[in-house]
Amino acid sequence: MDGVAPASAGGNLVANIMHFARVLRAAGLPDGPGKVLQAVEAVRAVGLESRADFYWALHAVLVNRRDQRLIFDQAFHVFWRNPKLLERMMALLLPELQVPGQEGAEMSRRLAEALRTGQGEAERPREEKVELDAAMTFSGRELLQMTDFEKMSNAEMDAAREAVKRLALALAERPTRRFAADPRGARIDMRATLRAQLRASGLIALKRKDRATRPPPLVVLCDISGSMSRYTRIFLHFLHAVINDRDRVHAFLFGTRLTNITRQLRTRDVDEALDKVATAVEDWSGGTRIGQCLAEFNRRWSRRVLGQGAVVLFISDGLDRDAGAGLAQEIERLHKSCSRLIWLNPLLRYEGFAPKSLGMKAILPHVDEFRPVHNLESLAAVVAALAENGPRRLSAAAAWPEMRKAG
Amino acid sequence: MPAALPTSVADALALLAKGRYVADRSLATAIYLSLSLKRPLFLEGEAGTGKTEVAKVLAERLGRKLIRLQCYEGLDVASAVYEWNYPRQMIEIRLAETGQESKETVEEEIFSEQFLIKRPLLQALEPDLAGPPVLLIDELDRTDEPFEAFLLEVLSDYQVSIPELGTIKAAEPPVVVITSNRTREIHDALKRRCFYYWIDYPDATRELDILKLKAPGAPAELSRQVVAFVQKLRAAGDLFKLPGIAETIDWAHALSQLDVLALTPEAINDTLGVLLKYQDDIAKIQGSEAERLLAQVKAELAAAQ
Repeated sequence: MDGVAPASAGGNLVANIMHFARVLRAAGLPDGPGKVLQAVEAVRAVGLESRADFYWALHAVLVNRRDQRLIFDQAFHVFWRNPKLLERMMALLLPELQVPGQEGAEMSRRLAEALRTGQGEAERPREEKVELDAAMTFSGRELLQMTDFEKMSNAEMDAAREAVKRLALALAERPTRRFAADPRGARIDMRATLRAQLRASGLIALKRKDRATRPPPLVVLCDISGSMSRYTRIFLHFLHAVINDRDRVHAFLFGTRLTNITRQLRTRDVDEALDKVATAVEDWSGGTRIGQCLAEFNRRWSRRVLGQGAVVLFISDGLDRDAGAGLAQEIERLHKSCSRLIWLNPLLRYEGFAPKSLGMKAILPHVDEFRPVHNLESLAAVVAALAENGPRRLSAAAAWPEMRKAG
Repeated sequence: MPAALPTSVADALALLAKGRYVADRSLATAIYLSLSLKRPLFLEGEAGTGKTEVAKVLAERLGRKLIRLQCYEGLDVASAVYEWNYPRQMIEIRLAETGQESKETVEEEIFSEQFLIKRPLLQALEPDLAGPPVLLIDELDRTDEPFEAFLLEVLSDYQVSIPELGTIKAAEPPVVVITSNRTREIHDALKRRCFYYWIDYPDATRELDILKLKAPGAPAELSRQVVAFVQKLRAAGDLFKLPGIAETIDWAHALSQLDVLALTPEAINDTLGVLLKYQDDIAKIQGSEAERLLAQVKAELAAAQ
């Protein structure tokens, strides 16, 4: 091929491509040594006459997802003008990048507990901050603040694992289009039958198969506004347990903006995962803009996570800063895009509570299942609330005559 | 008219142009790499941006056979790779029982190639007179992870193993084009083996070029307006489903079929269903919003001239 660089220049180029891939790797792109070889091969193939071709050749190999394009673009333009500059910048950043939150200053509660075992110390009283005044209001400001979760205790971890095991979640297994061997299946498995027939002779014994089943994908949308803040910790523990227990689960948090925390929660260790979540989310305990957040979910995520008959678990008290503006259309769109929409509302601690807020009135007609919960102090309560056979949509509304009169 | 593989990016671009496909140089680069380094091409993008078309054009211009595997949930080996012809096998067994053949001979016979039904993946590995075929694996995101994992094996070695027959390996790897609408993320392990390209919506100039090729019957003025209007819709970005190139072409066809020479608010309202496929979106654009956008489009086009 005519475009191949001369051997001497080639050596330099290979080294530079390798450095470039390392820069991208440090920036979070999954570009390993195999990719470097592919990239060199690709650059050899297109030649070095045009910068654009060089760019797109590297792009075709080193970029894997649409959201990586921006990083690649920036890195490319900085690196291939002056490789040294970017490397020096990366070198400055690296010490920070390598040790996120491992200062050891804050000892994990579980570790501390493990060190103490045998001393017969009683469980310390819970130190969770509960601000009664703030909890029932919904602030109009967008509070951008960090939050710090109390570490999970060993007893809590055990309880969480137990609870999630019992989680039926109204997520009855769905038949898939795949078949699995089943002696009482409805269909005959010809392949297995014939293979068995070769071994035996005489009458052909029929082997059977039936549709395999698997749980549907689960998408959780959880409200973290000020009015919900007392449950956030419990829900995050719940989400962490569910995400690490089964595949095809996606979790989103919303207050005034929407954050996808699925990747952060995949971290095996629950405290580490919650730390990551705390850094990723910017609107802890602020106001609520349900309509806007749902609109963003519908536009950016729904087609990517709601395929294959997903069940949506919507956790919110329905108190909305925008007083339900635009909420009805968005929740309707959400309802139409998923196979089942379950609303878990923790506001009903108080007897005689009625859904008077505009947000709740907008949501209620569009949910398949409505699960009010009176007591959400533990994860077991969340699981119990989801497992019991909640009222269906119509009867959920019927439970509230006031609302029907009003609406 | 089988053609040789392109020998440069410009060549690949010319090949696509001959196949009436208006492509960016960036897409041509990815295609050229995939063809010359014999690795699959992974195309991702919104619906209606011309992903499938790439494979069709390649097959046509290179004079290769196009083998299409449409993915769906639960796609399994029996419908993607091979299946034994059971009824014929049963008859064969019964016939053999009356004869004197030994069991081993029967087994060898009924699991031979004449009882094998070849599905797309196996077909793609077979040698072809015109050269290795173009294998289009369409909408891979619709299948489940197990099939993806299986595909990984096929695409890295271009071989499948059939327990009763042995391993079948392609003498020359087929040209593989994989498309995805991103209704789910495809695993990195599979993407790693491919050249990745995200097909974006085209800019106005390219969209107009596409329209000239694909809807030559539409008046020039109308085409310009259609493209500008669609570009406006995409730029606003508040629609649930943005119109793709396929919709633009359909819309131009529909309008010229109705003898519309230039866009009017009425014409837009009557034909909006061709462009937008969600009732919410249609309700949002219909009426005053369409009128407003059209006025903007006309002003901009007048200013450009």
